[in-house]
Amino acid sequence: MSDATFLGMPPFPEAARTAVKDSRLRYNLRKATHTIRDKRAHVVDEMGDDWARLRTEGAAVKTHTLRHLDRYLEQLEASVSRAGGHVHWASDAAEANRIVTALVKATGETDVVKVKSMATQEIELNNALAAEGITAYETDLAELIVQLGNDLPSHILVPAIHLGRAQIREIFLEQMAEWGTPAPPGLTDDPRALAEAARAHLRERFLRTRTAISGANFAVADSGTLVVLESEGNGRMCLTLPQTLISVVGIEKIVPTWDDLEVFMQLLPRSSTGERMNPYTSTWTGVTPGDGPQEFHLVLLDNGRTDVLADTVGRQALRCIRCSACLNTCPVYERTGGHSYGSVYPGPIGAILTPQLRGMGSEVEESLPYASSLCGACYEVCPVAIDIPEVLVHLREEVAEGHGHLGEKTLMAGAEAVFSSSTALGAVQRAAGLGRTLVPRHLPGLAGAWTDTRDVPDVPAESFRRWWNEREREEGR
Amino acid sequence: MSAKEAILARVRAALADVPADEPLERAPDRAHLDSHGVGPTLDVLEDRLIDYKALVHRTPADRVGEEIAAALARRGARRVVVPPALPGEWLAGTGIETLTDSREEPLTVRELDASDGVITGCAVAIAETGTIVLDGGPDQGRRAITLVPDYHLCVVRADQVVDGVPQGVRLLDPARPLTWISGPSATSDIELNRVEGVHGPRTLEVLLVEAAT
Amino acid sequence: MRVALFITCVNDTLFPDTGRAVVRLLERLGHEVVFPEGQTCCGQMHYNTGYRRPASRLAVRFVRTFEDADAVVVPSGSCAAMIRDNYPRLGGSGSRLSRKVAALTPRVYDLTEFLVDVLGVTDVGAYYPHKVVYHPTCHGLRMLGLGDRPYELLRAVRGLDLVELPGAAECCGFGGTFAVKNGDVSSAMGADKARHALETGAEVLCAVDNSCLMHIGGVLSRQRAGMRIAHIAEILASTEKDFRSDTRDRTDKEEATR
Repeated sequence: MSDATFLGMPPFPEAARTAVKDSRLRYNLRKATHTIRDKRAHVVDEMGDDWARLRTEGAAVKTHTLRHLDRYLEQLEASVSRAGGHVHWASDAAEANRIVTALVKATGETDVVKVKSMATQEIELNNALAAEGITAYETDLAELIVQLGNDLPSHILVPAIHLGRAQIREIFLEQMAEWGTPAPPGLTDDPRALAEAARAHLRERFLRTRTAISGANFAVADSGTLVVLESEGNGRMCLTLPQTLISVVGIEKIVPTWDDLEVFMQLLPRSSTGERMNPYTSTWTGVTPGDGPQEFHLVLLDNGRTDVLADTVGRQALRCIRCSACLNTCPVYERTGGHSYGSVYPGPIGAILTPQLRGMGSEVEESLPYASSLCGACYEVCPVAIDIPEVLVHLREEVAEGHGHLGEKTLMAGAEAVFSSSTALGAVQRAAGLGRTLVPRHLPGLAGAWTDTRDVPDVPAESFRRWWNEREREEGR
Repeated sequence: MSAKEAILARVRAALADVPADEPLERAPDRAHLDSHGVGPTLDVLEDRLIDYKALVHRTPADRVGEEIAAALARRGARRVVVPPALPGEWLAGTGIETLTDSREEPLTVRELDASDGVITGCAVAIAETGTIVLDGGPDQGRRAITLVPDYHLCVVRADQVVDGVPQGVRLLDPARPLTWISGPSATSDIELNRVEGVHGPRTLEVLLVEAAT
Repeated sequence: MRVALFITCVNDTLFPDTGRAVVRLLERLGHEVVFPEGQTCCGQMHYNTGYRRPASRLAVRFVRTFEDADAVVVPSGSCAAMIRDNYPRLGGSGSRLSRKVAALTPRVYDLTEFLVDVLGVTDVGAYYPHKVVYHPTCHGLRMLGLGDRPYELLRAVRGLDLVELPGAAECCGFGGTFAVKNGDVSSAMGADKARHALETGAEVLCAVDNSCLMHIGGVLSRQRAGMRIAHIAEILASTEKDFRSDTRDRTDKEEATR
């Protein structure tokens, strides 16, 4: 029923060109990102100086964990197994999908309910399950909207952020019946009515389905505890009512000890939804007899993460706790939306994570490090202090050192030649000054990207350097 | 080579720059505050819960039963689910029909769904964030009982309330299944507007039991 | 004090008025300005576009040119930030370049930092009878952390009516080669910034960086919006004399540009 994929999307500038012209998308994104930006600012400000301390600690805990990841992974496996869970290891998406499919098949079920999970989006698990005759039902409201609309997620926290209420109403009216309980005929576009329709649509599904798939926000190595933060209660439904729970978790989600949650349970909700605390957080350790799923599987996913880990500059991207504050604050994301990034990880974090996870394999990945004006707003709001601009520049080096862009290489070499001596620079300035009246209003080629919308400043007759030297001469210095 | 061995080998290779003798034990980096001193604990908790659109009442310890009866009457709830060991005095004289759930004798989800609500205690509450934590203790029960019914009445004693998240985390036992509840279920997925009431209980009512003076 | 001016390649070539204003301002405040002739470019364009080696070579040139200076003043927030924040990343740890950069960068200042922190002045004796809006550029705001300094300086200018810019902290969309590599997004951001500036009803948009001003000014000029751009140095260098002697001439010029 759903086969949407990011495969074959155009590189960022091309996708963005279409997106910036979509006025409805621009309106939806502007409204949503500004709302959440303001909420976040309010709840972060009220933390005073402690925010900076928590941010430093959050970064330090994650950095430490990554530097000893092998040890913590083994510790996590031991703790989860001790508590009655089963641990599986998956090197890549295909292996993870095979493991999950086999586990579902072993339960004999053909329907599974899912809690919103970036890892399963990344490996396109739903498509893999569908190919084996298993239907995965997304239960997070935004994921449900995306699934019903046969659309793609465009945001880490709110995958349907690109859609407005009227569009959501249309999708519900047209598609809900095909997937289960239909939308009420008189459905309005009031968010309350839409939320109520989602409740009614999924209620029976929750009460009936015996297998669930989730991700996790944190996996605690010493206790073997998994943590899921959510708002709607769909997470609790999936984590509590079914008989079997399968959690697909990236290997970077580990924190060493339970006490580390003192830090992250303060950083994440405020950065993410802009709330002091999200409505529901569930934590579970293996299996609790008589309470919740009696069979628990943890699938630890690499899928490129060890490649990211190998890059000493890029490694910091693995600290990410998927709050999406960087998306909400990014002026580029606000104007292009998430689909332009060609990945489930859009926005600034996506621009550094996607090319590292996938490798610089195609034009899409090579375009992503440039999808930023390097304004630094993302770094400022990041709760684990990932220096996204630093990594962007680092990845640009990788592109430039590879086959890069020939025209650009020539330009950069030319510019360096001019800047390699003040005499050369002076000569170019004199030539530009003489030819200044010849500059047309619209330029061809790359420069046209400037002059399409912006005038070029007048080139002055005399550079500063020349003025200075004249002055020195006149003053007889 | 198994996937586990392969992944661990890749991790170790990726970390070639990390000195072999770098200590695993982290220096205690607890610079963050335990409490942000935002005000009298019970008042702050009440304020935050109201902010989340929960219904809140404060009561002296000797009036808990009456307040529960009043809340259930307002709600029109007649058959409510209770965990295995709710304090007897909470329900004495309410005359209401209780459905007791336990790990050994669980109610079905259909029975939970058909009930008028659930009454529980809690393990810990965190004032600053308006959070109530359930840990499956005898006065809280299985996770499903506070999830499926549409109405949750939760009794929080003053001595269970801490100021901030760090204090709360330290009091909790990760081996137990925990549910942190901060208001009724909600979503902000439509244009980032918060709407209360999705899949979890749409009404959360909290009785704050004041300490005897 | 003897101040070494690092004019930056963009100002040198396209905005010499800004350089002249810095010289005039610092000399008026009683300081000696020198212009080390060997200077060219800080390497920011190369660095930010992924050309690390050319950037390193330009960093070496910069350090060689300025290492003996008591203070280096840069009338560009982003170039000052390039030197202070990114030069330390260019040399390997313990390298000769790193040591020299570490020794030099504490003496490198954006113009507004130099005025407020080193010279300790906010009232520089300027006069500028215009309604002005200030755009805090990203590198000035987030990398250098200029904070209130530019506002304090502008508030002390006689005759100047400073108005607040909505969405001030948001990037204008210039971003160096971003402006052409992602021209559509850059233009959309520039258009929003220009709209916010125009909403204030100010006559002049000012900033600590001519690159951003060139971008926003390019949009304003294409729209024939009638709002002028000015580097903060040009405002701080202005005095009553400028407006007495050529009032008629200036008014005529302003009329002509509208």
